[in-house]
Amino acid sequence: MAGILVIAESVEGKVAPISGELIGAAKKLSGEGAGQVTALIAGDEALAQELIGKGADNAIAATNAGLASGTADAYLGAVESAVSQSGADIILLGQTSLGRDLGPALAFKYGSAVAMDCVDLKIEGGRLHATRSAYGGNARAVVGFKGSPAVATVKAKSFDAPEGVSGSGSVSTIDAGGESRVKVVGTSKAETTGIRLEDAPVVVSGGRGLGDPSAFEMLEQLAKMLRGATGASRAACDLGWYPPAQQVGLTGKTVSPNLYIAVAISGASQHMAGMAGSKNIVAINKDADANMVRVSKFAIIEDYRKVIPALIEEIKKLA
Amino acid sequence: MLPCAGFAPPTHGHSPDGRCGRSGCAQEAVSRVNIIVCVKQIPDPETPAASFRVDEAAKKVIPAQGIAPVVNPYDPQATEAALRLNEADGGGHVTVLSLGPESARDAIKHALAMGADEGVLITGAEFDGIDNFQTARALAAAIQKVGEPDLILMGRAAADWDMGVVPTGVASILGIPVVTLAKAIEKSGNALKVERVLDDGFQTVEVSTPAVVSISNEFGEPRYPQLRQIMLAAKKTVQIWSATDLGIAEQMGAANRDLTLEALYVPKVESNVEIIEGDTPEEKARNLALKLRAAKLI
Repeated sequence: MAGILVIAESVEGKVAPISGELIGAAKKLSGEGAGQVTALIAGDEALAQELIGKGADNAIAATNAGLASGTADAYLGAVESAVSQSGADIILLGQTSLGRDLGPALAFKYGSAVAMDCVDLKIEGGRLHATRSAYGGNARAVVGFKGSPAVATVKAKSFDAPEGVSGSGSVSTIDAGGESRVKVVGTSKAETTGIRLEDAPVVVSGGRGLGDPSAFEMLEQLAKMLRGATGASRAACDLGWYPPAQQVGLTGKTVSPNLYIAVAISGASQHMAGMAGSKNIVAINKDADANMVRVSKFAIIEDYRKVIPALIEEIKKLA
Repeated sequence: MLPCAGFAPPTHGHSPDGRCGRSGCAQEAVSRVNIIVCVKQIPDPETPAASFRVDEAAKKVIPAQGIAPVVNPYDPQATEAALRLNEADGGGHVTVLSLGPESARDAIKHALAMGADEGVLITGAEFDGIDNFQTARALAAAIQKVGEPDLILMGRAAADWDMGVVPTGVASILGIPVVTLAKAIEKSGNALKVERVLDDGFQTVEVSTPAVVSISNEFGEPRYPQLRQIMLAAKKTVQIWSATDLGIAEQMGAANRDLTLEALYVPKVESNVEIIEGDTPEEKARNLALKLRAAKLI
């Protein structure tokens, strides 16, 4: 196999963490016979040098100013140059705003194929294989690539960035750009009012099993004590019990707090898709067989009405 | 009666056949705005995890008993976007496409009940096991057969495979631009202004039609079909097109697949749950608080 091209990205002038992870993934594939690791980044040579420091065999700085817009259209020319320069037959991107658009755009441009949001990659029988989650996390799919270049976007934190790298690779620049048919006229950061659900270190969520919209007051009180935010399942939002903006799940917000307390939520894939990345899950549910109980670290099998007020009191005592 | 300003596209309500109700309007049968919405039927994502089964040999999901498939939860938002654009534009035509089994007619009917005008079901055994490139190829062929759309709208992804690559694929095959993850769209003539969702905020982009736009869940609540509309929808036509009708039967073959499904399985969740014991709910709550404190989680 002829090599791997990593499409790196920067955040505030530094190589983004996901890009280090992509180099980690590429080096693993390299060890399985996929060839050298070339990394491309929009920016100057200093930024490209940083990629060498993170383990890339070669790094290319794409200096065309048009790339700053971050549109897939603008990137196509630079990536094509890098592919022909490196001869790569695998392209890896992060599952980021850029990767989500550029990954498929590249695959369709080359008439090859793309797998999105991959959690594992391996070379088997001379072909790239990717493992990804499907059906809201209920299933895992392994897909194999035939066409070249094989394009895959990688889920954050699926691979470790290489450590203790000696960093001796060559850096080059390319100026290729592309006319973007999509013109960026403005960007804004997400506004924050109070603790954003997505940023909260603790999330307390309620589901249909609460049986009563007023129960959310209890959950809000618990969340406030833990300096967290309150969420709800789609079922609870559809019943009008809680604002849709606070919905956690496939059609709502994706959260990955340090502590996720699921109250009277069974754990259908619709909901799991939005919170499966939580570091520690606590389930409070009457049903010991509920999926949410199975995936949690701690669970109380009990009617939440009796547990939550007591839990609030106990946490007060510990504070 | 108000005089018609006479410029295209109409800024007031020309009827769906393109005729203007206002006096002095020169735009008889002006070309109306055509929007195509693509929808997909998927297994219900609210299916309890315990009922989710996979046939590992066939690499297929075994439909959960008694749980009917549903329209992909992102797709009604695409239909909603089409209807809102047409309402703002004063008329227009919405065609709903779905590629899937015969039962996918229900996903089309849902969009028709929301207010879309007509439907097309792309179905047949040739489509079994197609990859995302072939899906995009089939939809692009159907879009070309429908006519010359101004706008093609889709949900951000199908919640079963959750790839979100078909919008880009269709745009690429048709040679038109794509904007993904829209939370708001404004259309003025053939100029589109789209607010899109980024990882850390929002971005506003401009693009000209025809274009493909995928709609994100941040777009807002889709309308709920009312009984009268559901009854009206029953009278709307749903055409059925096969791969042969679209002239793409050969392209759907297994030999043309660049992405092959090698395995599909339910991951084994190592359940390490610690059930917090106690004689009373209060004691359980106390024990949980102590555990959380010991684990430095509170």
